[in-house]
Amino acid sequence: MAQIIETATGAIEKGEVDPVTLDLIENGLRNARYEMDEVLFRTALSPGIREQHDEFPLIADPDGKMVVGQFGLSIPDFLDGFDDTIEEGDVLLTSDPYACGAAISHANDWLVVVPIFKEGRVVGWAAMFGHMSDVGGKTPSSMPTDARTIFEEGVIIPPFKLYAKGQLNEDALRIVLNQVRKPDWNRADLNGLVAACRTASRRVVEMCDRFGTGTYLSALDSLLQRNYDAMKVLLAMVFEEGRTLSFTDYICDDGIGNGPYELKLSLTRTGDKVHLDFTGSSPQAAGPINYYINENLTRMFFGIYMITVADPQILWNDGFYPLVDVTIPDGSYWKPKFPAALSGRNHGIGRVFDLFGGLLGQTNPALLNAAGFSSSPHFMYSGFYSEGERKGEWFQLYSIGFGGIPGRPLGDGPDGHSLWPSFVNIPCEYLESYYPLRIEKWETVADTGGAGLHRGGNGVDVAYVFEEPGTIAIHDDRWLTYPWGVNGGHPGARGTKWVERIDGTRQVLPSKCHDVPVSPGDVLHFVTWGGGGWGDPLERDPELVAKEVRRGLVTAEGAKRYGVCVADDGTVEADATETLRDQMRADRPADLPVFDMGPPIEELLANCEAETGLPAPKRPVWTG
Amino acid sequence: MSYRLGVDVGGTFTDVLLVEEGSGSTWRAKTASTPADQAVGVLIGIGQVCAAAGIELSEVAQVLHGTTVATNAILEGKGATVGLVTTKGFRQVLQIARSFVPGGLAGWIIWPKPEPLADLGNTVEVDERIASDGAVIRQLDEDDVRAQLTKLAGRGIQALAVSLINSFADPAHEKRIAEIAAEVLPGVPVSLSSDVLPELREYERTLTTVANGYVQPQVKRYIQTLSDKLAEGGVAGELAILRSDGGLQTASAAVAAPVTMLMSGPAGGVTGAVWVAEQSGYRDLITFDMGGTSTDVGLVQDLSPRIGRETKVGDLTVRASSVDVRTVGAGGGSIAHVPELTKALRVGPQSAGADPGPAAYGKGGADPTVTDANVVLGYLPPSLAGGEITLDVDAARAAVAKVAEAMGLESAEAAAAGIVDIVNENMLGGLRLVSVQQGFDPRDFALVAFGGAGPLHANALGRLTGAWPVIVPPSPGVLCALGDATTSRRDESARTVLRRFAQLEGGELGSMLRELADEAGGRLAEQGLPRDQQTVGYQVDVRYHGQGFEIPVDVDDPDASLEALGERFDAEHNRLFSFLLDVDHEIVNARATVTGPKPDVAPVSLAKGDGDPSGARVSELEIYVGGEHVPAGVYDRAKLRAGDVVRGPAIVTEMDSTTLVLPGHAATVHPSGSLLINPEN
Repeated sequence: MAQIIETATGAIEKGEVDPVTLDLIENGLRNARYEMDEVLFRTALSPGIREQHDEFPLIADPDGKMVVGQFGLSIPDFLDGFDDTIEEGDVLLTSDPYACGAAISHANDWLVVVPIFKEGRVVGWAAMFGHMSDVGGKTPSSMPTDARTIFEEGVIIPPFKLYAKGQLNEDALRIVLNQVRKPDWNRADLNGLVAACRTASRRVVEMCDRFGTGTYLSALDSLLQRNYDAMKVLLAMVFEEGRTLSFTDYICDDGIGNGPYELKLSLTRTGDKVHLDFTGSSPQAAGPINYYINENLTRMFFGIYMITVADPQILWNDGFYPLVDVTIPDGSYWKPKFPAALSGRNHGIGRVFDLFGGLLGQTNPALLNAAGFSSSPHFMYSGFYSEGERKGEWFQLYSIGFGGIPGRPLGDGPDGHSLWPSFVNIPCEYLESYYPLRIEKWETVADTGGAGLHRGGNGVDVAYVFEEPGTIAIHDDRWLTYPWGVNGGHPGARGTKWVERIDGTRQVLPSKCHDVPVSPGDVLHFVTWGGGGWGDPLERDPELVAKEVRRGLVTAEGAKRYGVCVADDGTVEADATETLRDQMRADRPADLPVFDMGPPIEELLANCEAETGLPAPKRPVWTG
Repeated sequence: MSYRLGVDVGGTFTDVLLVEEGSGSTWRAKTASTPADQAVGVLIGIGQVCAAAGIELSEVAQVLHGTTVATNAILEGKGATVGLVTTKGFRQVLQIARSFVPGGLAGWIIWPKPEPLADLGNTVEVDERIASDGAVIRQLDEDDVRAQLTKLAGRGIQALAVSLINSFADPAHEKRIAEIAAEVLPGVPVSLSSDVLPELREYERTLTTVANGYVQPQVKRYIQTLSDKLAEGGVAGELAILRSDGGLQTASAAVAAPVTMLMSGPAGGVTGAVWVAEQSGYRDLITFDMGGTSTDVGLVQDLSPRIGRETKVGDLTVRASSVDVRTVGAGGGSIAHVPELTKALRVGPQSAGADPGPAAYGKGGADPTVTDANVVLGYLPPSLAGGEITLDVDAARAAVAKVAEAMGLESAEAAAAGIVDIVNENMLGGLRLVSVQQGFDPRDFALVAFGGAGPLHANALGRLTGAWPVIVPPSPGVLCALGDATTSRRDESARTVLRRFAQLEGGELGSMLRELADEAGGRLAEQGLPRDQQTVGYQVDVRYHGQGFEIPVDVDDPDASLEALGERFDAEHNRLFSFLLDVDHEIVNARATVTGPKPDVAPVSLAKGDGDPSGARVSELEIYVGGEHVPAGVYDRAKLRAGDVVRGPAIVTEMDSTTLVLPGHAATVHPSGSLLINPEN
């Protein structure tokens, strides 16, 4: 438990805040939070933050409650685990999920926490974590797909003072940076994280100057209260008293032959409060896919869905936490026991969105989205240049793939896009300028989006041609289970990866693998999955289907899933279409299912090898 | 006598400003814009202003024009049908659009994806490949090119864009495709990405090239019509078009690369603000242009506007240099609302627009807007524009009262004050983007306020930012036309370099920069600007090797050492982010900008007064400020003289704008006609 040293004594007088000042402070906090992002994006060197924007800022009140920020970390849990003093000028750093109550969830995330002092008192906290592209360990990028303990996943930094009263602990930093493959990247990114937190601190102090510290702090209380009040109304409005909703989705495998993992979430409202319960989920994985989540993060995820629907401009904060009880079983996928491996948890984080979507959408199917691009597939390629002016130099690529956005109440899911905010792909020309590879094809794959009134987005096929010998690694999922469709929409296609070797052989790769050797001329096809469809595909405008055939986003054969016959010249065959649609309507049940998850798990496992070219994983079981 | 004509065509009004260079005297005309053919309104305005000045159209030496024709083509989706040619494997480059989804978490749920500017159905691939270092991996298959272009022939293509992978490193294949296109698709204008934007990043380059082709036919038609009509009307002077970066280009240059003029409108405002600030003796300024639906802000250092490398129009971001203007979705028409769940006061981004407009306009609008709040507070006198427009105070009050009720406030005035405070805060966010977040302290800058609503909010923004004085130019509504009339000729050439300092030979950068200057200077010389009147500026975009963003660094001497360049970059990096890295520097782009001389327009000088503004005082109104009703003098700006001091609380009115001077502040009339607002004491 941290001991905070304040040089000033006596209470700060809080008081009533007029509603306009409250909104002004809310706005100022929002601006400060976006400024944090900006500072980090512009200075980071590692591709994870620079290109993928894998970072999460927050500003908290003196108790550590987030008043503005994004999901993904928890100051109170961090402070609980920090057994030291905290003084003005300190900057704290950690990358150990087990030492901060899962405020971060794998060792690639470096978390910086800065106390904000104003005249000798703590008036808040600025914190930010970012995904370091490499933190050492046994594989480049530090996410070995076969890890069984966190000790295989690189340097694990316990919470410590990177700066003590403004003084950098250079020895400690040197020791840490000595563990990683690209210390320049980590140093730059860490500098960026610290600079961003200090920027936020300055903005908070400026607000205290402008409005008065008492007013500022009172405003934070009111902002927290505002969330609490709003959530209370929302919960009563959306959830029936006593009715339990449940939803289950899957992670296909754990990288070492086990799977699929069931992720189950249930919700029940009792009075003012709701209970979120992960009971029924699979046990922790032997491989590194565990997503160590804490109660507060669960509340945050839940809140994102609830509050953004009600008032998207609201400054999203922790105020409603007392209204949400959370149960996470020990030893489960969500709360693995130390020292379980954690590095591959990106599938779990992504799947949380499908999970909440499927759970909360049940109360209002019209607002329900299909399942989609709920992960951020990774591709890594590294080695030493074997010739030319850079001979002997180490190269290390870390990049993110994108896929089909699900069909939505609003319309079609975009093809080959990101569910995550502010993520962008790395341009082909950038990759070819900086890495020994060429890209022969970068396009979305026709028909991979699930059919529906609103089509799911297509997955993407990127074909990398390697120019230097090296090794590659892949982290992906949804190769076995399907991205589900809703309200009559079909599931999207699953993802797949294969290498065409220079000698003409073809090798299917697992969705999670590392240290796969490649030679110059080998071609990797990295094909991501499509989004599920939304609504009845037989209701889709045939002209639109034909147009998409002409555009190459749907094939003529694929158009038949919509009951549409398209001629060779790309026009609709009206009579044939009508006949086909009548036939299809007659052949299916009158009531379309809300969820179409594809074939049952048993069938998927039975057909796994034949359909995917990969052996079926072994289903995990709870023991003892 | 030599006359320059500035013409700014906006959505509602066309502003024309005639400047006599010798005396600096100006005449202005404001007429309704004619969207069907903007040239019609322009000619009417020119006729009016020449009549007012008592001169013949033939006496106008130059017509300097900021136009939104290109912008509107994109915003309204009425551009050309563009065919696109890409490298095999990349036909979906616009469809994938860097995979970017705007908005926060769950933003994808509510994002309507815009259709690409070139239909995927009109996109073809050709078999060829160039490597990032310019090496040819696969020769261009010319038979394939012919076959693919033939496919496009029957589809009504009005413009062709060609954007091949790595063409920034070698344009040969693109150039050959243009030759073949001339045969297969005769008469269809061709935009090559290696001409339009020879820079790395295939999506941005392709999009910019397609945007160029998309707006080109309309721009060409418009400029042709305007030139013809000007000639018919007897205007003998040449026509020049304002670029997005605030420089002027000839009409033919504008037609060749219309993507450089997408921000022509806002650029006019910024250049006008520069002119006005210089007249008042200020060289560092922040521009604050508040209109009906949005507010544009920009930063000017030593009379040079900050130039950004991107231009944003609606959903579209293209890579073309433009004045670095940030837009905030807050204006006079922004609607205030109180979400039931949170009881928070929100202003915008929804806007009442021009129709029905604010409730006070009496055109059926019932939503409370910022303008209504200003009316309730008494800042906007009920009778505007010399009595031509009257405001419906009761309607404004009724609309604002809804906010008071929803928030549980005691009066409409309290709600109105809240609305104004919130919208000011939103705009402060924009001002911070261009100042504090770029490492500039706004207290070192003056704030130049214009646009219909700018002068009303400027004093408050000065107080929030500490940017003093607040400068309100004369006729703040026609500042863009003034900018058009007072800026200089400009062109630039740029190239992607992408080399670490350690990889550059001595003198390599210098000769590259001089080549670029020679290219741009040659084009301007062809357009009649002799080399001896050209000024050259150099800039390189530098970053630490591995960073994703570069910082533009000015280079005074192209032969200066790389160490010196590195130091300048480090200083800038330190200013922006307060730390440095021990990593090799890398040059991403090199650029040369060539400008012509500034036009020699004399400043105006108002008659000198004695400091007492009472001669201009027309009435007194009660306004609500700082939680109470206080009397405020109302002044007619036309009657103010140089040196007069208007003490707040006061309202200064003129034909197209109203200025609010807050209590504790005073506006001094500068001889150039601007009001300079400063805090007293």
